[in-house]
Amino acid sequence: MTVSVKDKVSFSPEVCAEIDRWIAKYPPEWKQSAVMGALMVVQDDNGGWLTTELMDQVAAYLEMPPIAVYEVATFYSMYELKPVGKHKICVCTNVSCMTNKADVIVDHLEKRLGIGFGEVTEDGRFSLKEVECLGACGGAPMMQIGKQYYENLTPEIVDAILDGLE
Amino acid sequence: MVNEVCLRTLDLERPWLLEQYESRGGYQMLKQVMSEKRSPDEIIEEVKKSGLRGRGGAGFPTGLKWSFISRNAPGQKYVVCNSDEGEPGTFKDRDILRYNPHQLIEGMILAGYAIGATRGYNYIRGEFWEPYERFENALKEAREAGYLGENLLGSGFDFELHAHLGAGAYICGEETALLESIEGKKGQPRYKPPFPAHFGLYGRPTIINNTESLASIPVILEKGGEWFANLGVKNSGGSKLFSISGNINNPGVFEIPMGTPFSTLLEMAGGMKDGRKIKAVIPGGSSAPVIPGDQMMDLTMDYDAIAGAGSMLGSGAVIVLDDTNCMVKVLDRMSYFYHEESCGQCTPCREGTGWLYRIVHRIETGQGRQEDLDLLDDIAGKISGKTICALGDAAAMPVQGMLRHYRDEFQYHIDHKRCMVGVG
Amino acid sequence: MTENTVTIEVNGQELQAKAGTMLIEVTDAAGIKIPRFCYHKKLSVAANCRMCLVEVEKAPKPLPACATPVTDGMKVYTRSPKALAAQKGTMEFLLINHPLDCPICDQGGECELQDVAMGYGQDVTRYGEGKRVVADKNLGPLIATDMTRCIHCTRCVRFGEEIAGLRELGATGRGEHTLIGTYVEKSVSSELSANVIDLCPVGALTSKPFRFSARAWELTQVDSVAPHDSLGSNLNLHLRGNTVMRVHPRDNESINETWISDRDRFSYQGLYSEERLTRPMIKRGGEWKTVGWEQALEAVAKQFKEIGDGEQIGALAAPTATLEELFLLQKLMRGMGCANIDTRTRQGDFRLDSTQQGAHWLGMNLSDIDQQQSVLVIGGNLRKEQPILAHRVRKAALGGASVYYLNPFEVPLNHEGSQSTCLPSDWVSRLAGVAKAAGVKASGAAAAWLKSAKPDEFAKQTAASLKQADKGMILLGGLAQSHPDYALLAVIGARLAEATGAVFSILPTAANSVGAQLVGAVPHLSCGGAPAEARGLDALSMLKQPRKAYLLMGVEPGVDFWNGALSTSALQSADVVVAMSAFRSAELEACADILLPMATFAETSGTFVNAEGCWQTTRGAVRPQGESRPAWKILRVLGNLLDQPGFDYTDSTQVLAEIRGLCESLKLDNRQDDPAGLDPQLISSSLQRGGDIPLYASDALVRRAPALQQTRDAGQEMIRLHPDEAHKLGLEEGGQVRVKQNGNQVDLPLELDAAIPQGCAWISTGLKRTALLGQPYGEVTLEKA
Repeated sequence: MTVSVKDKVSFSPEVCAEIDRWIAKYPPEWKQSAVMGALMVVQDDNGGWLTTELMDQVAAYLEMPPIAVYEVATFYSMYELKPVGKHKICVCTNVSCMTNKADVIVDHLEKRLGIGFGEVTEDGRFSLKEVECLGACGGAPMMQIGKQYYENLTPEIVDAILDGLE
Repeated sequence: MVNEVCLRTLDLERPWLLEQYESRGGYQMLKQVMSEKRSPDEIIEEVKKSGLRGRGGAGFPTGLKWSFISRNAPGQKYVVCNSDEGEPGTFKDRDILRYNPHQLIEGMILAGYAIGATRGYNYIRGEFWEPYERFENALKEAREAGYLGENLLGSGFDFELHAHLGAGAYICGEETALLESIEGKKGQPRYKPPFPAHFGLYGRPTIINNTESLASIPVILEKGGEWFANLGVKNSGGSKLFSISGNINNPGVFEIPMGTPFSTLLEMAGGMKDGRKIKAVIPGGSSAPVIPGDQMMDLTMDYDAIAGAGSMLGSGAVIVLDDTNCMVKVLDRMSYFYHEESCGQCTPCREGTGWLYRIVHRIETGQGRQEDLDLLDDIAGKISGKTICALGDAAAMPVQGMLRHYRDEFQYHIDHKRCMVGVG
Repeated sequence: MTENTVTIEVNGQELQAKAGTMLIEVTDAAGIKIPRFCYHKKLSVAANCRMCLVEVEKAPKPLPACATPVTDGMKVYTRSPKALAAQKGTMEFLLINHPLDCPICDQGGECELQDVAMGYGQDVTRYGEGKRVVADKNLGPLIATDMTRCIHCTRCVRFGEEIAGLRELGATGRGEHTLIGTYVEKSVSSELSANVIDLCPVGALTSKPFRFSARAWELTQVDSVAPHDSLGSNLNLHLRGNTVMRVHPRDNESINETWISDRDRFSYQGLYSEERLTRPMIKRGGEWKTVGWEQALEAVAKQFKEIGDGEQIGALAAPTATLEELFLLQKLMRGMGCANIDTRTRQGDFRLDSTQQGAHWLGMNLSDIDQQQSVLVIGGNLRKEQPILAHRVRKAALGGASVYYLNPFEVPLNHEGSQSTCLPSDWVSRLAGVAKAAGVKASGAAAAWLKSAKPDEFAKQTAASLKQADKGMILLGGLAQSHPDYALLAVIGARLAEATGAVFSILPTAANSVGAQLVGAVPHLSCGGAPAEARGLDALSMLKQPRKAYLLMGVEPGVDFWNGALSTSALQSADVVVAMSAFRSAELEACADILLPMATFAETSGTFVNAEGCWQTTRGAVRPQGESRPAWKILRVLGNLLDQPGFDYTDSTQVLAEIRGLCESLKLDNRQDDPAGLDPQLISSSLQRGGDIPLYASDALVRRAPALQQTRDAGQEMIRLHPDEAHKLGLEEGGQVRVKQNGNQVDLPLELDAAIPQGCAWISTGLKRTALLGQPYGEVTLEKA
């Protein structure tokens, strides 16, 4: 009679397996602990952002009230609730980067991509995001694209990095 | 005297691999403790003797923290590592995760043994994907080698360890916000008491220590608390990782004895870039009040010296600013940060950080009013000490520090609607 | 342990308290005022507003009184310069982003922020930046939102999680962008939802029906008691002139604590329904004519005198009537030689009447429910029957009780519990399984059931849990009491209670279900609760054996009856139907001959006896509308006109005094001898109906409260089927389906619902169209319409 939780969601077996790996890290009665991991897995699988429907499915999967999932998804800055580019470029502008001319990097990116912070290029390939200190101040100015850090940036280095992306 | 503790394997090729760590005596301490069944009390005593103070920023004595847990109380207890490195200017824990993850693992197992915990979590900030993967691989190696799991090394002691990945929230570096976050909630700090030692992760007794603190444990136990304490100075035992960045030639992470003169650290970091004059130093992460460069050049890098200058050693994140920097602009950026990162739970921080930022930003953009300076000081005072966690204080302190030392720059902005730096 | 009591000093005043108590509780008890917003005595401590910061000696920083446990020797200063500076600082922060819209805010005049700002705020703001503006989301028909006013105290969020048991509201976002709300556009569904209106310290969450209709200072407050469920929740009616403008809870820890259900809060809207009957009316030649009271009452007396034989009259009253009304009704009827009087119009099995010993009741105090360790609910969707009672069961569950539900469908729970669902016709055997597992011997009226019972896992667990518990409770809910084999369920339930040591509880379904039994407004008990000497016909028999005349008091044909179709046909075939009613409706007008406008609960004085046997008397708060009269006055005059002795009351308190005299030896008693010959009435069929009474279809007043009627709990005129059953029958979701029962038929839309067991079609009763069918349980057929 019991409906398997997997029947309630449209996640692929791979996504389910990854979420299950997160669930396995925590005590069985604390499935909710896997919500951050699960949201990230689902976000990555959905081209980098979360829809309400996906959050509802995460809620069903982890047996949480949907509002508890919304709270988490809106609290942490790495969850995106609107579409982002295929490559999400996160530029740090905090003090160490600022004093090492992060503004030059930002200007260069804005000019090259024709977008500002919070925007996506028309072809959907790039989006720009201003972020707080990413803990790589020794390599200021720096940025993160996807999961990768890029440090000691100059406009030329930025160009080379972007040229190398698909 | 450098790289003796957390970075002791840094000179090796691929130092993050198990065999490399073991080649420097890694996991020897664990093996010894397990085979000798050393008394947990003795371990805690050794840590107390070492003078190790929390390396995340608060500087609370680690051994003392451990002794708050009643080890023999029934039920699950937890060891949690705070690798949510987010204090602007700090980038040392990233290096431990990337280059010496096994020493952290060994430290966490030993901590678990000392307090009677059989489960641990390492909370790694979400942006640290590469360090997270390194750490996960190290966990895999450690499990396969029998350092983790049930009855590890045949000792009868069980310890399981997992990594939790954050998702972008400075506040999760606050230990109870971090616990909430592991529990799958928003990272909102808990009101204390109760403290985590009594009511921690999943409501169970928990110790939470910084990455560097825990990674120091194997070496402290191996070489003795006294040895460690003697590396440093009074009240500041040991060596410490300093993340130094800003307008300098060779920014990076340096593991040096506590009490090392700042001038020596600056020298190690290649000195001022382009030969410019040092204007100011933020000595312990962006929450620490700024110290003018001249004054800083006479200070040593230890808790008491920096506190004596009206600031704090914090996480050991040193941001060096040269004379091209406008301090209004620096504070504008820092205030924006705290306003962005306030969790929103309690009133003074939720409302006050935004108010601070908006005033500073007005001054920076030439819209300052004469009454703003006193108002800033007053608001900072009304936030400070009134909030659930220390983020309120962290937002107030830079404001107070900047106004203490650079009030004239702020006044100039208000009077002239522009910056005095570069005006000559 | 050391001495548990500590002595502290607050502003120089010595106070004693239990160690570990939060400081604010101690100062509140001592009458020392500390300002606060997030703290609420019934909610967990959040310590987020920082308004209650006080100075504590030796503490380096001011501490929140709500989260500081008292320790011996603690010295506290609540109004020292340090404390006041902290409190004023918080006040300023709370106000900087709060809009200056007090003149158009419904909370104005009763706003905690306004009140505290008077004491701790400044008259001129130092905040020169732009203020925060928040877009609102619609939370449904009951709660209005102005979230720009929100001060993020999270009382509403904590209420949802901790009291309502439903996390519907949350705090999304972070920092100053934190928003309290549902995130997605969604009506809140908790039946206790509107308590957040009272909890909200500002005007962020206010009453939607009350919105912009009055200012707090124009209102006067009158105590009252809610007339809908068997709790008798304590109310404050807020009046302007002769109008009830809104309803608030009145604290009564032993009944409703500080909460009320949404039904009790918003039913007052029904008082002002356009369907209010305000003048007496008589039907002549199919036409309704307005007449004077004298003419109407004389016509009634004449009609009843013409009937002559009291046996030919049937009196059917709503169990929401007052004790005085019910008493006078039965006194009048019995005086005319008629014992056909009943309030149990929604019951279908009266076989217990023959052996009932005293008035059926909860079997314990309401507050005892919280302490139970094991609870078996037989046939009860408690949240949607009696919301505050469900809250107490939830408290028991949170306190560690195991709660078991044996129901005809999976009911929505807001706590941990085990549910066993089965077809209505299998219900008795399932319960017999539990009894057998508990060791009940196969004897008595249910012997055959017990003998053939096969305890399943649920039965074994339930029986074991009830036996193990020091405090156990077996509760027969509303769904069980409308079952055709209610007597069997009750007999087996009683035996199970004896075997397990649990308290046997027959949950009274309405505000005066207990009262009606006490005053003999039932055919088998006399006033005082003892078995009646001459038993009359019960509510169902009065319809199955149609009477020549009926006297209705507050009941409406169809929707108020177990078998809606039967009620309508019996009433229509009578020579005369006299209806005392607060409302008119097409259905009533089709059946009745004389309509007597009756006052409602807020318009009359009267007494309610709640589930635990607590008598609560209220005064009339407002004058009855139009020419309507309290029913006790109508009955008094009728008594006189019908030459009955003892009807010369001048005040309802005289009626009450008489009742009290008769009820001195009052007996509330759930003990039950087995009635003879309990053959099963509900036989399995290929498709059987199940039917509940939707929360907001419970009585005439609620049915006319517009805001409640806009919610899902108003009930839907539809058929709910398990998806597999629908597939088997070839029926599609949303399509019109013709349902036939006892030769009656209605077309209703179909909804799929996996909570309904296969073989069952769920069709709620109590709704206009479903009332055209028969009883809630029994054979039905479905076909595409």
